[in-house]
Amino acid sequence: MIKTGAEIFIECLLKENVKVLFGIPGGQVLPIFDKIFDARDKIKFVLTRHEQGAGHMADGYARSTGDVGVCIATSGPGAANLTTALATANMDSIPVVAFTGQVVTTLIGNDAFQEADTTGITRPVTKHNFLVKDVKDLARTIREAFYIAKTGRPGPVLVDIPADIQRATTEFVWPEKVDIRSYKPVYSGHIGQIKKVADMINSAKQPLLYVGGGIVSSDASTELLKLAEKIHTPVTTTLMAIGCFPPDHPLNLYMPGMHGNYAANHAFQNCDLIIAIGARFDDRVTGKLSAFAPKAKIIHIDIDPTSISKNVMVDIPIVGDAKNVITELLKYVNKKNNKDWLKKISEWQKANPFSYKKDNKLRPQYIIDKISEITKGEAIVVTEVGQNQMWSAQFYKPKYPRHFLSSGGLGTMGYGFPAAIGAKIANPKKTVIDIAGDGSIQMNIQELATAVLNNINVKIVILNNNCLGMVRQWQEMFYKKRYSAVCLAKPNGCLASELSFKRSPLMIPDFVKLAEAYGAVGIRVTKKEDVENTLIKALKIEKTVVMDFLVEEEENVFPMVPAGAALDEIITSLA
Amino acid sequence: MRHTISVLVENKSGVLARIATLFAARGYNIDSLSVGETDDPSISRMTIVVRGDEKILEQVEKQLNKLIDIIKLNDFLNVEHVERDLVLLKVKADKSTRNEILQIVDIFRAKIVDVSTNVLIIEMTGDEEKIQALLNMLKPFGIKEMARTGIIAMARGG
Repeated sequence: MIKTGAEIFIECLLKENVKVLFGIPGGQVLPIFDKIFDARDKIKFVLTRHEQGAGHMADGYARSTGDVGVCIATSGPGAANLTTALATANMDSIPVVAFTGQVVTTLIGNDAFQEADTTGITRPVTKHNFLVKDVKDLARTIREAFYIAKTGRPGPVLVDIPADIQRATTEFVWPEKVDIRSYKPVYSGHIGQIKKVADMINSAKQPLLYVGGGIVSSDASTELLKLAEKIHTPVTTTLMAIGCFPPDHPLNLYMPGMHGNYAANHAFQNCDLIIAIGARFDDRVTGKLSAFAPKAKIIHIDIDPTSISKNVMVDIPIVGDAKNVITELLKYVNKKNNKDWLKKISEWQKANPFSYKKDNKLRPQYIIDKISEITKGEAIVVTEVGQNQMWSAQFYKPKYPRHFLSSGGLGTMGYGFPAAIGAKIANPKKTVIDIAGDGSIQMNIQELATAVLNNINVKIVILNNNCLGMVRQWQEMFYKKRYSAVCLAKPNGCLASELSFKRSPLMIPDFVKLAEAYGAVGIRVTKKEDVENTLIKALKIEKTVVMDFLVEEEENVFPMVPAGAALDEIITSLA
Repeated sequence: MRHTISVLVENKSGVLARIATLFAARGYNIDSLSVGETDDPSISRMTIVVRGDEKILEQVEKQLNKLIDIIKLNDFLNVEHVERDLVLLKVKADKSTRNEILQIVDIFRAKIVDVSTNVLIIEMTGDEEKIQALLNMLKPFGIKEMARTGIIAMARGG
C-alpha cells in the first residue's frame, strides 16, 4: 500500500511493538505528529517539558523493562537537547531509539531555521545513527535502528528524518528480516576458551566474580547465582549490576570501587582470579590501575570485544553473551568450597560494612535504609547523580535486577526524575522512587508537569543538604574545605571565605510549594522520627509526591578510595 | 610500530566522518588515509596508516570493527603485501638545474607531467621509502609544492 513517510513511521513503530513514545513536537516533525494523533489509541504519547526529559524517560522505560525505549524531537534545538540523554544511554549500553525531524532535504546544509547537523552532533554519543534521504529507505532504516539498539551490546540509535521525507509517499514494505552485512554480534563464547576458563576457576583458591550491566542486559541473574553458588565465589556487583544478585546472600559483596564496599575492594586486591562478566573495568571501579588486583589472573567475559584488555590486560577473554557463556561454563566447572577465602572476606565485611552514624540527626543514609526496609527491596529506585546516588547504591537493597536505575558511566545529574517517570509508565504496578539531591532534581524539575498531568505516581525523595554535596565533599577532603560554588541557596553562592558550610535560611526553591504549584503533593521532613511515617504515608498516596528531607548538610559518602589511589587505600571515615 | 590497515566499508555518506571521529575522540593519530570505491560500488576501501604501541593498535582495530558500517578489516603487519603512494612534486627548475633533475627523475622512473620556464611537475608512484628517497634528492633544488595520495595497499597472492 502507498503510504507517506509519517504513516510508515507509525506502521513501523506498531510492528516494533512500541507502546509509549516520549517527546515534544516542533516545526520539522509536524507530519509525524499528525499521524501520532491518529494512532493515539495504540501508542501512548507522553508530552514532556524538555527533550532531555523525553530521552531519559525512554531510557528509564528501557532499563526497567529491557525493551527499547523510544523518543522523538524536532530538528535543531530539539535534537540538541536530546544529546545528554543519548550520551547517558550510550555510556550505560541502554537500548533507546530516538527520532528527530530535520529540515527538508533541499535545505540541509543551508543553515536553515532550526537546522543542526544532528547525525554529526550525535555520532559520538550513539551506537549508530541514520539520516534518511529517501522515503523508500525509511521502513528498513527504522527496522535496522531497533535491531541495532537491542542486539549485541545494546545502545542508543538515532534516526533523523527530513520533513519532506515524512510527507513523501512510497509503497510500504515491512522488511521481515534484518541482515546487515557489517554487523553480526557474537553471542556464543568460544568453547575452547570456556574450557580453559573452567580449568582456571577449578584451580583458583581465592576467586572473585566481578559482574556489571552485561548481566542485566542479557538477563543472566539466575545463571549467575547458580555459578556463584557452584564455585562458591563471592560476587561484587558494579553500580550497573545492583540487584542482579540477591541481597543478603552470603556471597554478595555489593558494589566495588570508589564508594564501594570495603570487603569488595579488599577482595580485588587479594584474590588470585577475577572472573569479570559484562563489566568494563571502569576507572571508578579499579582505582589506580597499576596497583589493581596485583595477585590476580583475569578472565573477562563480554559481548563487546572493545571492552576486553582496554584498561586491564586480560589473561583469558571470551567474547559472547553473558547468559550463554555462563550456561556453558556451568557444565565444566567443579563444585567448590572456598571456605578459607570466604572467612577472610567476612572478616573484612565485619570490620567495615556500609554504615553511618546512628544518632538523632536526620542522616540521608537512614532515609534510604528505611526505603529499603519499607519497600522490601521490591520498589524500582532511580537515582540522580552525586552523594544521593552513592548512598542509594550502598543502602538500597533491590531484590531483583532492573530495580536500581542510575546514570553510571556519564553521571548525568537530572537523569533520575524523568527516568523514574519512564520506569513507572512501563511498570504501573510497581512502586517507583526517585532518590534525588536538591541539586540534581532541579536539572529536570520541569517534568513535574509531565508526571502530574499524566497522573504518574512516582515518589521523589529529595535528600536536601542545601548544596552540591559530592562536590562539597571533595572540596572538604581535597581542597581544605574551601567551598567554592556549592551552596544552592545563598545570595552570593558560598565562597572560600566561609570556613564552614551552614544551611541558608532561604529556601530557593521551596520544594513543597513548588510541588504544590505543579499540582503534586509536597511534604517536608526535618526530623528523624518522622521519616518512617512520612514514607509509609507517601507511598499510599496515588499521586506524584515530593518529599523534601532537610538532611545533615556536611554528611559524607564513605568509604572512599580517593581518585588515583589503589583500592586498598580506602578511607573509611575522616580523621 | 607503523601499521597499514585496510578496511572495507559501506560506501555511504558519513562513513568517513565516523572513522575520523573515532580517531579524533580517542586521540589516535592517522599518518595517512586514502579512500576509493572497490569493484563493488556499494563498498569502499580505506587504507589507514597509523602508528602506536600494540595495545593502542589493538584497541583502534577493535573500535573500527565495532563501527556498524565497517565490513572487514585487515592489518597488513606481518602480512606480505604491496604498498603504493602517488606523489606530485612541483620543483624549481631553471636552465642550469633542469638536466640534473631530469636525470634523477629518470633514475627513479618518475615522470615529468608538466613543464614551464621555472618549475617542473614530477609524478612518481612507489612505496614510502622510494618516495622519501626521491624527496631527499630533489629537496636541494627547492620543492614548491607537494601532494600525496596516501598509502594504498593490497595483500600478495590469492
